[in-house]
This record gives sequence, C-alpha cells and structure tokens, in this order.
Amino acid sequence: MESGGFDFHIVFHSIPFLAKGMGLTLLLTVLGIAGGLVFGTVLALARLAPFKVLSFAAGTYVNFFRSMPLILVIFWFYFLVPLVLGQEIGAFQSVLIAFIMFEAAYYCEIMRAGIQSVRVGQAYAGEALGLTYPQNMRYVVLPQAFRNMIPILVSQAIVLFQDTALVYVVGLSDFLYSADIIANSENRLMEMYITVAIVYFALCSWGQFQVRNLQKKFAHE
Amino acid sequence: MLTLIEIDCRYNGHAAVRGLGMHVTPGNLVCLLGPSGCGKTTVLRAIAGFHALSEGEILLKGRQVSRPGFTLPPEQRHLGMVFQDYALFPHLNVAENVGFGLRAIPQTEKRAVIAELLDTVGLGGLDRRYPHELSGGQQQRVALARALAPKPDLILMDEPFSNLDVEFRERLSGEVRDILKQQGITAVLVTHDQNEAFALGDKVGVMHEGRLLQWDTPYNLYHEPACRFVADFIGQGVFLNGTLVAPDTVQTEIGMCKGNRAYPWGKDAPIEVLFRPDDIVPDPDSPLRGKVTQKAFKGAEFLYTLQLPTGGHVLSLFPSHADHPVGATVGIRVEADHLVAFPRA
Repeated sequence: MESGGFDFHIVFHSIPFLAKGMGLTLLLTVLGIAGGLVFGTVLALARLAPFKVLSFAAGTYVNFFRSMPLILVIFWFYFLVPLVLGQEIGAFQSVLIAFIMFEAAYYCEIMRAGIQSVRVGQAYAGEALGLTYPQNMRYVVLPQAFRNMIPILVSQAIVLFQDTALVYVVGLSDFLYSADIIANSENRLMEMYITVAIVYFALCSWGQFQVRNLQKKFAHE
Repeated sequence: MLTLIEIDCRYNGHAAVRGLGMHVTPGNLVCLLGPSGCGKTTVLRAIAGFHALSEGEILLKGRQVSRPGFTLPPEQRHLGMVFQDYALFPHLNVAENVGFGLRAIPQTEKRAVIAELLDTVGLGGLDRRYPHELSGGQQQRVALARALAPKPDLILMDEPFSNLDVEFRERLSGEVRDILKQQGITAVLVTHDQNEAFALGDKVGVMHEGRLLQWDTPYNLYHEPACRFVADFIGQGVFLNGTLVAPDTVQTEIGMCKGNRAYPWGKDAPIEVLFRPDDIVPDPDSPLRGKVTQKAFKGAEFLYTLQLPTGGHVLSLFPSHADHPVGATVGIRVEADHLVAFPRA
C-alpha cells in the first residue's frame, strides 16, 4: 500500500488483533495490581511490625525497588531469573513477577499510609471487643485503610496500566506492541500510533475521572 | 468485681497515676472525676489493659489481670468500652457494629441480640444506617449497644458524653444510667464534668495529679470535701478566713458559726471556712447585710455575689422572684450545720 495521506481503514481491520493485545495489557495490569496489593500489604504490615529485623528488611526492599527503573527490573527478571533457576519461565511469567515485585514497593507505602490513617481508637475498640491483633487488622484496620486509600490505589493502577507498555522490550504482544507490529508491516505508523495514543488517553482519562468521583464520595462521608 | 491496689502508672517517663486504690462492687456505677491531665483516663486504660502498671495490681472478679511486668491483653478481659469519640467502625453499619463483638454465636441468635439491644438504646429500625449518617447522640447509643452486646463483666466509659450538647448530655446520661442499672451492669466512667459524675455515679472518685483525693458519694463530696482541692473543684463556694473559738465553733467575718463536729485544731487556730451558695440564705430581718456586686439569673434562682461590710465576698442563692439590682443591700444569714474548715496555710 502506498504511504501518504492518512488511512484509518487499517485500524478497523486490525481491531481483533489490537483487542487481543489490549487483553494482555489488561491481564497484566489486573494481575499486577492484585499481586502487588497483596504483597504490598504484607510488606506494609512488616514495616509497621514491632520487630526491628522485619521492619528493616521490608524497608530495605521498598527503598531498593523504588530506586530502580522499572525497565531494569523487567530485564533482570527476564534474563537473570532463568539463569538462577536454570530453566526458562516464559516472558509473561517473568514480567508479571517483575511487575508484582516492583508495584508491591509502591503499594506498600500507600498501604502503610492507609493503615496509619486509621485512627488508633479503632484498634483499641477492636481489642476491647475481644479481637486479637491479626483479627483486628483483618476486620477493623485493613478494610478502613483500603477504603481511605482507594483513590491513590486507583491512581497507582493507572500508572501500572501505562507501564505495562514496557513489556515491549521482551517481545510480549501487549496493546502497544500489537499496534507496532501492524504499523510496521502495513507501513501505517502515524495512524497506528495516533490510535494507540487515543486509546491510552481515553482509558486513563476515564480512570482519572473515577478517581475524582471516589475522592468526592469519600470526602462526603 | 474490680479492685485496684496501690497502682502506679508511668507515661512518657513521668508518673501519671500514683498509689491509687479503689474497689467497685457488682452493679455499681462509679465515676472518676478530675481536671484534664489528672490521670483518670490512664486509670481507665490500665483497667482495660491498654496501659501497663509500674506498681500495684488490678483484680477483675478476683483474678489478677495486671501487675508490674504482666498485663492481660484487653481482648481477654471481657470488658466493654465506650470511647470519647465512640470509635464506631465507619465501614460497618449499625447492626454490624453492634454485633461486632458477637463472633462466636449463630447468626439468628446474633440478629435477635442486636435487635433487642437497639431497642434498649432506642435505635430500633436504624440497623442499616452507617455511623456517618447518625447524629452524635445516636452514635453514642450505638457505641453503648456495641459495648453491651458481648455481655461484659464491666463497662468502661471514657468521657462518653463530652462530644454532645449540654442539654442532650443530661438527658442521655440519665438514660444511660437507667439502662446500665436495668441490666445490672457494673461501670466505671471517666469525666471532667461534675454534673455528669453526680448524675451517673453511685460513688465518685476525685483525682488530681495522679492521686485519688476522695472516694465518696456525690452528697459527701459536695458537703464534706476531704481537702481543699476537692472543695474548690466540686461545686461553687467561697472560703472565708476565720479562727476557731471553740472546738465546734468558728468566728469569721460573716459572724460566729457553730458546726456539727469538733475540729481537731486548737483554740485560735487560723482556719478557712467553706460557704456554699446554698449555705447563705436571704433573710430581710437579719442584721447581716451584703451589697450585690454581681448577679446571675439561673431560672429557678438568682446567684448573687455579695460584698460583706468587712470587705469579703460570698455567693448566695435567692429564689428567682427576689430580684435585687446590683448595688442594693440585702439581708442574709448563714444556714449550714456541716461547716467545712481547713487550716490556713
């Protein structure tokens, strides 16, 4: 096909292929958030634990990963983990682990702030009603910490959604990489990159809008 | 039910509570009363198990729960607690809040207990509301119901009414007393408001600088204060300087007064005598006159500040129709047999 002039027909023809890429992007985002949140919460509890060794270890982990560029972490897990394990673990698994480990460091700090935002009287009330420390965390403190932090957690999720585009470097066909394949094979770089930009912009704007709604909702209560 | 033996609590290095002892019998409502910073909340926290003891011991139903180096955790003490800010769980509705301490019983039974308690505290039908949708008074009642639900041996209340309007506070404190009495609950309440302490407490302990100064009935605290601080802190009144002229008679600038007791000090000992506003009554025929320097209308009565011919001031309650202008001179006499006196420093 001749280049010159915009031809967005190619975009419509490649919707199934792009949708598949978006599926991978969303899957990575969702699994990254879920894993990062669980691991991050464990890290936050460790950081707040009264045992020095535990809180120091968790603090070191967090500071370390927050000092690293994400792309470097992705490289490590892709190239180093197979070396350490002695076997391939697959691109998807390796980047997913990288995302979870990396995001956990950020979610840890968010959850730590969230836990500290729960008034200390709440924990006293739980204890007075017969709850042990783990029960108190599970039923009183963490539900409130999550609630207080939902806007920030969603913001962080939007950042992760954008960052998943970095899997490009290990050749995983996420949304951006899928679009890139078509752009190059059909020689429609402008059309495809504009489309990618519009989709990211639309989804992230929608996400930001939700964050603002949530903030309003919680400010109201 | 609850016994504190010579307890000491340290808080950030300084002694917050010193040598405090008290005993609460089952079914009694007691109040710890004192200005902020007197250590009353620390005592409550020590009873709840949130604060360790540096000396002494605490017994709950005869079982030692605190001593230096050992603090039974709060969740094992089977106490109910009502907090100053209520500390309701904002992510749970009213029914879930009330039922929170009932984890070991079947759902149907749990629902029945919750419904009954909400009726008791006058919140029937509000079970699906969330704490932020309730008024302060309603939140207070939820907090009480939540504390009562696990049928605790003892309920602890930390300034439970201080976040409410004054008028509402009186009504609710009366209701709370009724509920606790009805259910035969033993309770310890901490407050800085003597009206609240008097309205709720069978016994009231006055605390100052970490010490329990007097542990007595509200009547005795008012009429027989054991020390100068209690006399000043409880109720209104003025001290007039005087001397002891006989073991049971004092001479002050308001005249010679005979009390109902023999004072332990020698003749001519310099003393201070407490006169409450209700000890000085109007008497138009009395030779003793006072000049009105201030007046405050209290509804049923006037509280006058009167200057005596000798210069001193006293407070006096007059019936509300006895409206005298500032500057007027009125006849008064002393009508008190329980004369409280302390040696002058």
